Formats: sequence, structure tokens, C-alpha cells
Amino acid sequence: MTINLAIVIPFLMAILIPILYRRFTKLHIGWLVLAVPVIIFIMLVRLIPFVAEGHTYSHTYNWIPSLDINFTTYLDGLSMIFGLLITGVGSLVILYSIFYLSAKESLQHFYCYLLLFMGAMLGVVFSDNLMVLYAFWELTSVSSFLLIAFWHHRKASRAGAQKAMLITVTGGVSMLVGFIMLHMMTGSYSVHEIIRNVSQFTDHQLFVPAMILILFGAFTKSAQFPFHIWLPDAMEAPTPVSAYLHSATMVKAGIYLVARLTPIFGGDAIWFWLVTVAGLVTLFWGSFNAVKQTDLKALLAFSTVSQLGLIMSLFGMGSVAFKLGYSDSTIIYTQATFAALFHLVNHSTFKGALFMMVGIVDHELGTRDVRRLGGLMSLMPLTFTVAVIGSLSMAGMPPFNGFLSKEMFFAAAIHMRDLDIFSISSIGILFPVVAWVASIFTFVYCMIIIFKTFFGKPYEKSEGKPIHEAPIGMLVSPIILCVFVVGIFIFPNVLGQYILKPAMASIYPGFAPAEVLTPKIHAWHGINMELLMTIGVVIVGVMLYRKLKTWKPVYRLFPYRFSFNELFRHLLEGLESGSNKVTTSYMTGSLRKYVLYIYLFFIVAVGGYFLFSGGFAYSSANDAPVEIYELMLIIVMLLAGISMLFVKSRLTATLLNGVIGFGVSIFFVIFRAPDLALTQLIVESVTTVLFLLCFSFLPEWKREDSPKSVKISNAVIAGAVGALVVVMSFAVMYYDEFDSISSYFENAYELAGGANIVNTILGDFRGFDTMLEVVVLFIAGLGVYTLIKLKARKEDTDNEN
Amino acid sequence: MEVIMAIAIGFLFMAAVYLMLSKSLLRIIIGTGLLSHGAHLLILTMGGLGGSAPPVLSEGVTNMADAIPQALILTAIVISFGVTAFFLVLAYRAYQELGTDDMNLMRGTDEDDE
Repeated sequence: MTINLAIVIPFLMAILIPILYRRFTKLHIGWLVLAVPVIIFIMLVRLIPFVAEGHTYSHTYNWIPSLDINFTTYLDGLSMIFGLLITGVGSLVILYSIFYLSAKESLQHFYCYLLLFMGAMLGVVFSDNLMVLYAFWELTSVSSFLLIAFWHHRKASRAGAQKAMLITVTGGVSMLVGFIMLHMMTGSYSVHEIIRNVSQFTDHQLFVPAMILILFGAFTKSAQFPFHIWLPDAMEAPTPVSAYLHSATMVKAGIYLVARLTPIFGGDAIWFWLVTVAGLVTLFWGSFNAVKQTDLKALLAFSTVSQLGLIMSLFGMGSVAFKLGYSDSTIIYTQATFAALFHLVNHSTFKGALFMMVGIVDHELGTRDVRRLGGLMSLMPLTFTVAVIGSLSMAGMPPFNGFLSKEMFFAAAIHMRDLDIFSISSIGILFPVVAWVASIFTFVYCMIIIFKTFFGKPYEKSEGKPIHEAPIGMLVSPIILCVFVVGIFIFPNVLGQYILKPAMASIYPGFAPAEVLTPKIHAWHGINMELLMTIGVVIVGVMLYRKLKTWKPVYRLFPYRFSFNELFRHLLEGLESGSNKVTTSYMTGSLRKYVLYIYLFFIVAVGGYFLFSGGFAYSSANDAPVEIYELMLIIVMLLAGISMLFVKSRLTATLLNGVIGFGVSIFFVIFRAPDLALTQLIVESVTTVLFLLCFSFLPEWKREDSPKSVKISNAVIAGAVGALVVVMSFAVMYYDEFDSISSYFENAYELAGGANIVNTILGDFRGFDTMLEVVVLFIAGLGVYTLIKLKARKEDTDNEN
Repeated sequence: MEVIMAIAIGFLFMAAVYLMLSKSLLRIIIGTGLLSHGAHLLILTMGGLGGSAPPVLSEGVTNMADAIPQALILTAIVISFGVTAFFLVLAYRAYQELGTDDMNLMRGTDEDDE
């Protein structure tokens, strides 16, 4: 029940914010918003001891039970980690934003979107039902779109938001297809039910397609190569948003999904290869590209991409344990998953702090360009401390938490070497090598953050105002995160026992006791391969950093034209111009064409149906007898109709139209419909008068001077439509599968108190129809009136267009 | 009788469609009028033309005409009148503004919107 509340509270608050905003004139509205994540955080923290003992909390609220779609919340170790991150980092980010955003910004929008995002994110991690999870998943995309485009007057913001939206939603839709496939296989949308029964379905032909489609969704969300291109562009968002969405939460939704579904797909070789290789490539590519960035935020964006790749690859490596099954020798592979969870938490702490640090620099100096920054150490000592702690932790240096998880990452990569399933043995050596090389680049860009910003030539602000430390309010959040960075290094096993252990249990259900899966984390475990690798990273990293200028031209080897960004742009432009071409090719603005489309479709669809279904029927058994006067009337009407096509003057045409109209009313008389006949007589008279009235304002009736071919094609279409109508009326008249429903209305006197059945239908049985018909007439009258009146203010309307 | 009616309706539809495909606005309007005449008759014919008395309940009447098509047509007549009136005024305004009733010259394009 608590968990349902945790999802609902942010949404409720998001609704209330725009209302409350007007009353909060003195106090920053952020203080009110801050209460939301803090409360949920405390609620979750109170549950930690129970979850650590292996309890899970589940609550189901039936939504669409017939479709197997229910609001089932589920709290276990894995969702606990994410829930704590979302609300914990969320609290700090909101606290930070109170000082970062001035009251002049449209804060009610900002916090409304942020709460929307927070609720959606909590929904993703706490939902057990895949369909509900998907709905929340897309809501995170939408709310992140709104947040990235918060400064929507800037073109780059809009472009970044659009790119993020397009890529993540495309992935989301593919994921939806994957979920539906899972449902088709297993008959359930509940993750836990599927996990319980998955062993029966691994050979199903949809198993691999579903896996790939779902992974596509996870990879786009978590900015894995080559879908990472949206993340750097999303840095146009205000820094609190970047710190929240693009380091701690949204990009980790993909990772959450991979972790959550590992018990389902983990035993498959394709899963292992896709997740691990995508992760490793992303790790390398992100860190390699981060080095060349000059904007500090872009640098952090690429570093986030790279770190996400690291976590992803660890989950991939950890899935091997499913293939091998549980034994004392395979337990070592589950440690990769443990390292992934550990690094997930660590990354949120140090990357959040770093983003906030960059935000402070940007806020105080007005630039984030490393080429212009420098010498800030003495001016902003606290900010400098945050930067050093965050960067060194990211680089994997002691005494910070990044060191521990980086060592475990190296260890996991080294273990991959010994693996001889999935035909790894030949290329197993690549795992540690890629990990090591990527770590070197990570080290280099961490050096760039520290040295280029805080050392060297002092930064000169153009206005000459003195540079000073940020207000304490902005520093509180990053400092708290730094305390965690150091604190986790000192007491890693507290985190391990209380938070990571239950999460291991939910990723490896029934695999082994959670205690076995949770290793003791040590900072010092003797001189071994991992430590040597770290030392190597430092040595080579320092060398590369000092020689940065000499090898930087290597980046020019990749021409911009061939980058994924350009590819994406071309794709988008191609789509746009392509669809534009297609649309303009048939939307020509010619009415004749449009009418033609309608009738051609009519002919093809209806005619085609008759052709293939054999719906045509004919029997003259029940026909009414033909009277001679009826025949004469028909001949008159037909003559009028046909000659209308050839008349020379509009007066004749109108009169002929009148002839047909009056003919129709006589038919109504003949076929015992007195009401219709009366109405038709009146309407026809008025119409004819209306025509004549309009003639004094309308041009002369001109001969159609269209080319012969056009006329002939018109005639063919018209003939075909006429013939089809004949066929259709036959089919309807001689269709006798159902009885007529008219007998119901013959009881009109008892049901509606009227003897005239037509009147009772109009006034009673179908009274609403008649009322709406009056509305239609009213609207038409209004249209006529305004069309005539508009003339008076012609000049105004021209300008409005 | 039904067969003859059906064929007559077909001819009405043919003439209506031919008029609607022409480029003069006035012809198109008359075409729509013709189309609604055809449609009314079609509905009436679909219900069967039998029945020896109007659908009004009274002593001794058993074989009544079908009331439902008549109710439908009554609605349709009124609506088609509204549409025709609106069309006519639209044509009148368009001619005043643009000085033509040739649909080939009256095509709006995206450029006009901006």
C-alpha cells in the first residue's frame, strides 16, 4: 500500500503545483515540492530492514482484469535500490534547484514536469505488470521531453528534446511489441509470473525476437551505442534536470529493465552477447569521445554514456551464471551483477555531484567551456573539493567508492577470460583489454575536469565582477553526495548487506542463498591483477593527459559527416522530405481530384467486395407492381437528370433540379409517405428560390471546357458509381437474412403515445437525433450568416491570416 | 417496381457524380442536390415499396408502409437543405473574394497558410 502511495503522491502534487503556485509568492515553491521525495524516501528507508531480510511487498489493484492489465506494485530489493535513488537524488536535486533556478523562471511548470517525471519513474520501477510499466516508461519519455525543452525559447533545447523523444519513444514502442510477444508466449503480463514459468518458454520461436525488441527499448533509454547520441544533446536542459534525469534516474530505466528481465532472458547466449558487447562498446566509445569535449556538460554526458555502458556490460557478464547454473565455481560470475548494482549506486552519487558542480561553475561564471575556464581552485574551494572527490571516484581512485566498484569491474572482466562457453575462449582476452583502455580514457577526462577548470591561468570574467563561491544552498546537495562517495568507501558492506543483497536475490531468484551471492567488499585485497590494472590506468592516464595536445588530432580522423549524429539528421530530413513529397503528390488542392479519390475508393472497396463476396442477389417475387403513372414519372425525372448535364443556362439547370425534386415528392406520395412529401415540397420550393436568389451574385453558367480525356474519365467514374449503386440497392433489397425491425415501431401508440409512426420516431424514439439535427441546421444557419457578415470586415480578416 | 426504381436511382447518382467532378462550383452544388435526391429515393426503395397505407395507426389498417426509411429520409431532407444553403452562400462568398468559380483556379496550397 505504501508503494501505491509512493507512485500516486508525485502525480497528485504535480496537479496541485499549478494551483498552489499562485499562493506561494513569498516562499520558493521548491520547498513545498521538496517534501514529496523526502517523504517517499523516508517511507522507503523504513522498509529497508524488512526488504533486507527478504520480504517483498506486493499490492494489486484491478484495472482491466479481462486484458490481464492490473496495477500491481511490487517492492523487492531491486526496485528498492532504484526507488531510493529516485527519491534520494530527487530530494537533493530539488534542494539544489531551489537555489539554481531564479524565481523569474516559470517554476510551476518546472516542478510540475519534474514531479510528473518522478512519479513516472517510480511507476516504472515499482510496477510488476508489463503494460503498466510500459505506460510509465513512455511517461518518463514525455516528461523528460518537457524538462529538456524547459528553456523552449532556445533552438538547441527544442532540438535536443525532440531528438531524445524520438529515439527513446522509438525504443519504447519496440519494447511494447516485445512485451506483447512475451504475453503471447507466457499468457501473463506479470514479470514475476513470467520469471516463475520462463523455463517452459525458452525454446519458443518468439523468445529471441521478444528479447531483441525489449533490449532495443532498454538500449535507447540507457543511451547505449549507437543510440547514445540523444544524451549529449539533452544537456541543453537546466543542470538540475541533467543531474537528475541524465545521471541518476531516467537513463538507468533501461538498466533497470535489463536487470529485471535478466532472470527471464539471462540464460540465452544472444542476451549475453548483446548486453555485454553493447555495454563494452558504449563504455569505450563514450569515454573516448568524452576526452575531446570542450563543454564540461557535454563531457559529463559522454562520461555518463560510458559509465552506463560499464554497468550494462556487467549485467551482461553476470547473466552467464544463468547459463552455467548454480555451483561453487559459477558463483564468481554473479559477482559481475553485484558489481553492476554497486556501481549503479556509486555512479549516481559521484555523477550527481559532478553535474551539480558544473552547474555551480556555469551559474557563477556563465560558461562551461574548459578552454576558457581555469584557476578556480582558490576562488571556489568547496566546489573544487566536490570536483576532486567526484572526478577521482569516477576515475576509480581510492579512497572513494568508485575505486571499489571499478576493481570489481576489472575482476569480472578478468573472469570472463576463463569462460569457455558461448565460444568465448578465443576472444576472452578482449574483455579486460577493452575495460582497461576505456578506464584510461576515463582517467584522462577526469583529469581534464579537475585541472582545466581549477588549475592554470585564472579565469577572467568580462564584466570584471569578482568570482566567488556559490551560495551554501547550492553546495549542500553535492556535498551530501560527496559524503556518500567517501562514506560508501569506508563502509561498503553496510550498503552491500542492506541494499545490494536483496537486489541480488531478486535478480537471481532461487539461484543461491542471498548471503552466498553477496561478497564482502574489501578495499585492499593484496596485490592482484585488478590493482595492477588500476596502477597501469594511472600511469598511462597521466602520460596521455600530459601529451594531450600531441595525440588529440586523432579525433579528426573521424569526419563529422559519418558520425551517428549526422546519420540521424539525414534520416530525419529524408523522412520529412520523403513524406512531404508523398503527401503533396496526392494532396494537390484540386477538388476534382479529392472527389475522384472518394469515388474511386468507393468503387474499389464496395465494388471489389461485391465481386469477391457474391453478395449480389435478385428475385422479383416480392416486388410491388409497376403502374403506368409511376413509369411516366420516372421517365420525366430521368430525362431531367440526364439533360441537366447538357443544359446551356443555369436557370434551366435549376428548374430541372426542381423538376427532379418535385418528382421525388410525388414519389413520396405514391409510396405512402405523406410527411415526406410535404417536407420535400416545402424544401424544394425554398431551395429553388434560394438558387434563383443566389444567381444574381454568381457568375454565368459556362460551358465545361475541360479536355476530352477528363470528360471521358469523369463519365466513366460517374457511370461506374451509378452502376454500383444499382447493384448495391439490389443487394440490400433482396437480402433476407434478418427480419425487419419496423414491427417494433408499429407499437408506437403504446410506447410513445402517437399514431403517426414517423412522427413518433422523430419526436420520441429518436428524439436526440432530431434535436442534433436542429443543431446542425443551426450551425449551417450560423455559417451562412457569418459568411455574409464577414464581408464587412474584410480588411481585418486578411491581416489575421 | 423496385428494379425500375433502382435503375433510376443509378442514373440519378451517375448524373450527380458527373456534375460533382466538373470544375464549376455551381455545377458541383447542383450535383450534391441531385445526389441527395438519389439517396432519399435509395433509402425509400431499400425499405421495400410495398404497403397500401401510410404508416399511421388507425382501425383496420394492417399493411402499412415501412416507417423507418421515412423517418430517416425526413431527417436527410432537412440536413441536405441546410448543406445546400450553406454551399450556395459559400460559393457566393468565394466568387466575391476570388472572382472565379473555377475549382481548378481555387486550389489552396500550403503557401497560402503562412
